[in-house]
This record gives sequence, C-alpha cells and structure tokens, in this order.
Amino acid sequence: MSGTFVGMPAFPKAAHEAVGNTTLRGNLRHATHTIRAKRANAVAEVSDWAELREAGKRIKDHTLRHLDRYLEQVEESVVAAGGVVHWAADADEANRIVTHLVKMTGESEVVKVKSMATQEIGLNEALEAEGIHAYETDLAELIVQLGKDRPSHILVPAIHRNRGEIRDIFAREMGEWGRPAPEGLTDTPAELAEAARLHLREKFLRAKVGISGANFIVADTGTLVVVESEGNGRMCLTLPETLISVVGIEKIVPTWRDLEVFLQTLPRSSTAERMNPYTSTWTGTTDGDGPSTFHLVLLDNGRTDTLADEVGRQALRCIRCSACLNVCPVYERAGGHAYGSVYPGPIGAILSPQLRGTQSEIDASLPYASSLCGACYEVCPVAIDIPEVLVHLRERVVEGGPVTREGNRVVLKPAKGHATERAAMRAARWALGRPGALRTGQRLASRTRRLHPRALPGPGKAWSGTRDLPAVPAEPFRDWWQRTRGGKDGGQ
Amino acid sequence: MNSRERILGRVRRALADVPGDEASYERAVARDYLREHGERTVEQTVDLLAENLADYRAIVHRCTADDLAATVAGILSARGTRTVLVPPGLDPGWLAAVEGAERVADRAESTPHELDGVDSVVTGCAVAIAETGTIVLDGGPDQGRRRVTLVPDHHICVVRVPEQVVSSVPQALERLDPVRPLTWISGPSATSDIELDRVEGVHGPRTLEVVLVGEV
Repeated sequence: MSGTFVGMPAFPKAAHEAVGNTTLRGNLRHATHTIRAKRANAVAEVSDWAELREAGKRIKDHTLRHLDRYLEQVEESVVAAGGVVHWAADADEANRIVTHLVKMTGESEVVKVKSMATQEIGLNEALEAEGIHAYETDLAELIVQLGKDRPSHILVPAIHRNRGEIRDIFAREMGEWGRPAPEGLTDTPAELAEAARLHLREKFLRAKVGISGANFIVADTGTLVVVESEGNGRMCLTLPETLISVVGIEKIVPTWRDLEVFLQTLPRSSTAERMNPYTSTWTGTTDGDGPSTFHLVLLDNGRTDTLADEVGRQALRCIRCSACLNVCPVYERAGGHAYGSVYPGPIGAILSPQLRGTQSEIDASLPYASSLCGACYEVCPVAIDIPEVLVHLRERVVEGGPVTREGNRVVLKPAKGHATERAAMRAARWALGRPGALRTGQRLASRTRRLHPRALPGPGKAWSGTRDLPAVPAEPFRDWWQRTRGGKDGGQ
Repeated sequence: MNSRERILGRVRRALADVPGDEASYERAVARDYLREHGERTVEQTVDLLAENLADYRAIVHRCTADDLAATVAGILSARGTRTVLVPPGLDPGWLAAVEGAERVADRAESTPHELDGVDSVVTGCAVAIAETGTIVLDGGPDQGRRRVTLVPDHHICVVRVPEQVVSSVPQALERLDPVRPLTWISGPSATSDIELDRVEGVHGPRTLEVVLVGEV
C-alpha cells in the first residue's frame, strides 16, 4: 500500500478487491457498528436536534451564499488580532506558502494536528521533498504514517486497522521515527495510547513549528476553533513559537454565537460524545501564551468550483463529522481506500468529484458508489442531501454539460462507457411519451416472458452480473387494472 | 492578479445566482433550538455537572469554601505529588494546607521540558457547563497560560458553584470572551482512534480532578 491516491482504479474495482479482505470487513463492521448505536444515543439526549440541524444548515448556507464578504471579514479580523493571512488558489500554491513559512523559521521539522485540508493537498509529501519532516500527532494519523498507509476515514484515518495490527506497526516502526515502542507492548488500547504518548512527547516538547487545520473560523472575531480528543492538538497549537493553519474557505461561520450550534452537533455526530475532551479557540496571537507568530492559509483548491454548482454546493456545508461514513452500507463493506480520496464515504463521493472534477476514472465512478439508501442524509448534522447530489453528479458524468473548473466555465463531454445507459434512457423517454407503444411493448414482454434470459447479454452483462433481472408479470399492470377495475372485481 | 483577487473573483462568479436583496444573516438563520435542555434548580444543575464530569472519568470532589484548602491538600498527598505548578493569580489560600509538595511558579521563560517535570497543576476556571460536563479555561490569572494545564499529567481544577456553572453550551458562549485563548476540557485526554471506542489517557493530563466548591 502506498501513501498516495494518484492513479487509483475506479471505485468498483477497488471496492471489489476490498470486499474480499475479510480482516478489513471485520474491522470496519466492528468499528462502525460500535459508533452507530452510541451516536443515536448521544443525539437522542438533546430534544432539539432537528432545530439544531436546521440552524446549522442555514448558518452554513447563508455564509456560503455571501462567502466573498465573509472571507474579507475573516482577513480583516485575523490581521487585526495579530495574524498573517495568505490565500492559496490550489494545492501547489498552499504547499509552496507553507514550505516557505517553515523555511523562514530555519526549522527542519514540524508537528501536525490532524487536518483534512493538509491531507487533501499532500502537504507532508511537499514538505518532505524540501527536507522538512512533518510528524503526525493524532493517534490514528500516527498509525497511518508509521504504517506507510493511506487514511480510510475522516475522523479515524486508521479505522481499517484493528488493535493487533496497530500493535505490530508500533513495535516495528516507532524506533525508525524516534522513541521505540515499549518492550513487550500488548494490544490493549490503553497500552497503545501510552506508547503513542511516550513516542510523541519529545517531539512536542522540542517543536518550534506547529501546523493545523481548523474546524471553524469565526468571521466577526477572527477566532479559529480546533475540536479534538487527545491533547495532541493543544500541544501543537500552544507549545511551538510559530503556528500555521491551513483552512478551507468553506469553514467560516459569521459570528461567535454560531458556535453554540456546531459545538453541540459536531461532537455528538462524530465521536458520539456530549462534548469532545478538548476544544481550543484562539484569536490571532496572545502575549505570553502560545505561538508568537500565527499564519492563516485560506485554501480554495476546487471549493469555488463546487460553489458554482447550485445543487452541488451544499457539500460545502460539511463539518467533517463522518457520521455519514459510519452509517453507510457501502462504506462499511468497501472501506475508505476504495474511494481513492482523503474524503471517503458518502460525503467523499460527492465532495471529491466536485473538488477534483469528474475527468479521472475514479472521480467519474464515485457518484455511483452508493445505493441511494439515504441513511447519510438522515444523520447529517447540516442536512446535506447527499443522494440528491449523487444523482446530480451521475447526470453530469453521463450527459456532460457546463461546469466550472479552476474558476473557468467549461463544457464537459458525456463520459464514455455510458452509451448503453444513455441509449436506454432515450428509449425509455420515447416509450413513456407514447402510451400506445408502451402498451404494445409491455404486452409483448409479458407474452414472451418464459423466453427471457436471466442475465442481460452484451453491454448489459456487467449490470446484471450483480443483480437479478426483475421478473416480468404475466399481465401488464394497466391491463390488470382495466380488467378488474382496480381489484374491485376481486380479480387476480 | 494575486490569489486573493483570483479567489474572491471566483467566489463572486460562482454566486451569480444569489439575489442581491437576499435575507440578512439575522433573518436567514432560524434559532428555534433551546437555550438549555430541561428545567432544573440550581442544585440540580450542579449535580448534573458532577454527574457528567464523572461520566467522562473526571474525579469529582465537593466541599465548602472552608474545606477547600484541606480538600486540595488531600488530593495532592493522595497522589504523592512532590511538585505542584501554581498559576500567578491563584488564591494562595487554596494551597495553604499543602505539606510536602514544592510549589513551582510558571515563569515566562519556563520551557516545556521544565513543565514536563512537574507532577500536578492547580487552577481555577472561567465557566463550567453542566449538560456536557465541560470546564472552560480562559487564561485568567488563576488559570495561567494554556501550557500549564496541558503538560503536567495531573490537573486539579477548582469550580466555584453555583456562580461559575451554566447549564448549556449557548449559555457558556455568552459568558466567554473570544479574544482570550480558550480551552474547553471534558474529562481527561482520550482517544476514539482504536476501533472507535473511547480510551482515556493520551497526551493531555491523564488525571483530571474537579473540585466543586460552594454551599450548594
């Protein structure tokens, strides 16, 4: 397994391989089922969940619909509080800015808080190429980094690893990176957590540069918020002299008061807790407490392209809780790696193809990585209608049409490989618009039903390879209805 | 064109469909949710705080103001603390009964390594939230800078009840000043990263003891 998502096969192929891995399926089933019941209890504790969800949705929608104004306000507030603001149009630019800022400090190592944005832009690899070592300090990110692995979950990137595998990775790899794992390390979670504490402590205590993301930026105060559990976030945010935060432009909320919604919905949705162990908020720099230099890098990297899509833009409401992954039957079986992106699961299936475009094989296949069961929409704390966006993106892949890429309007061609689907849809449109032809066709199908094959021939073969063809009834419904007057005559 | 202008330009073009006279922030955001969950007496709110703190494995002590010094001294001696970190503005009375533990001041030039060698830290707090079992520190004189409650492995936090206790997250945010660096603490450090199950004890203090002091 390599540490990059580049050149991933399309979802069906990657998922097919993952589904055959019984250890992976066992690990995912155990973890997702554990969290599902707990989340339901945590949500049931608050009687106004529906109202909180609606408020969260509206706050985010309002912010996104006036994002230019709020971005300018963030810049103004952060600068007024003593921070420096940088703007990065894409991943390369963000990586160049951060690398430059680290080099300016003269340091060759940084400690990192878990951050989806820096995973998305491949910051660790960019820093390594310039001779700067980035140490991941979140326990799950550490497991992924030491295991030379890829993240497979938004909240718990090592969810695909069970305790035994984690023990083996720690015992084998920790010595390469610093303090080795204790002798005789067992696979009890408390001992594994202790091993991580010992291994990372020396790195925290000597760190001069910390790199983070943020869960929220408050526009009116310029405050950044990091929600975490272990205390590694607090270490990275307070001990170093320089703090660099890379944050997607969709993370803004207008006012301090808005946190009263998200600090209730996020912990309950993600780790199923009333409140996560630690939340840090900071506004610029504070004399004598924490970093003396603070840089905020505002990241676009496909977000404005997503914003340009009136249906798809709701994906930008996402607060990265990962509840949708934990309830998804497809994610539970295929695992996160099959999605070929740092954003796996249902939200990844709508976010990745929008951030990156649908040109690659994997991105064109992601809108299909769903049975459209809707469980993701049910649990989403900001009410993102993921099935709606999935269907919208499927249409884009099949039909092509105008989209925005890197700020420019372009017209996508219909994807190859969907010719049969398009032909079938055209035929359906024709038939459904002509009742006479439809009736004739249905009667013909009923009469010939004994001759129907069990699988489709030709281009339809792949489709029927995993599905039973629907059985054609002996009599079309409309004929039955007319004959029996809607069943009133007791006809069968 | 620099990236700032490029990104803002992209945003504006992306939002061409948004009408100029759209509802203002105040009108666009319905706040039909509750300011607090359920009705409780002051005593019940403090009890709920104690219950939720304990549920996330904080050790809770309750005492009157007169017994505070003895309670703090008892916690430190039971722990076997030899050195205790003291924020600059901590009421000296809180530690008046401590014997056998050296008081260490947090100086501006104290390094993280020095803090790592200290056994315990005693602080006050800014506010405590009953519904979530959370204490919030705002770097006030009786709390010190953020690192003093992070690096030592044992944190004793004194909460004055009922005056520092609120019911809910919305009520807590009203009381807090966003300009100050805040740390919200709900139990000792923990992780859900191994099989999505909560395990206490990673990088922050592995033992959190909360003293609820007051007549309630």
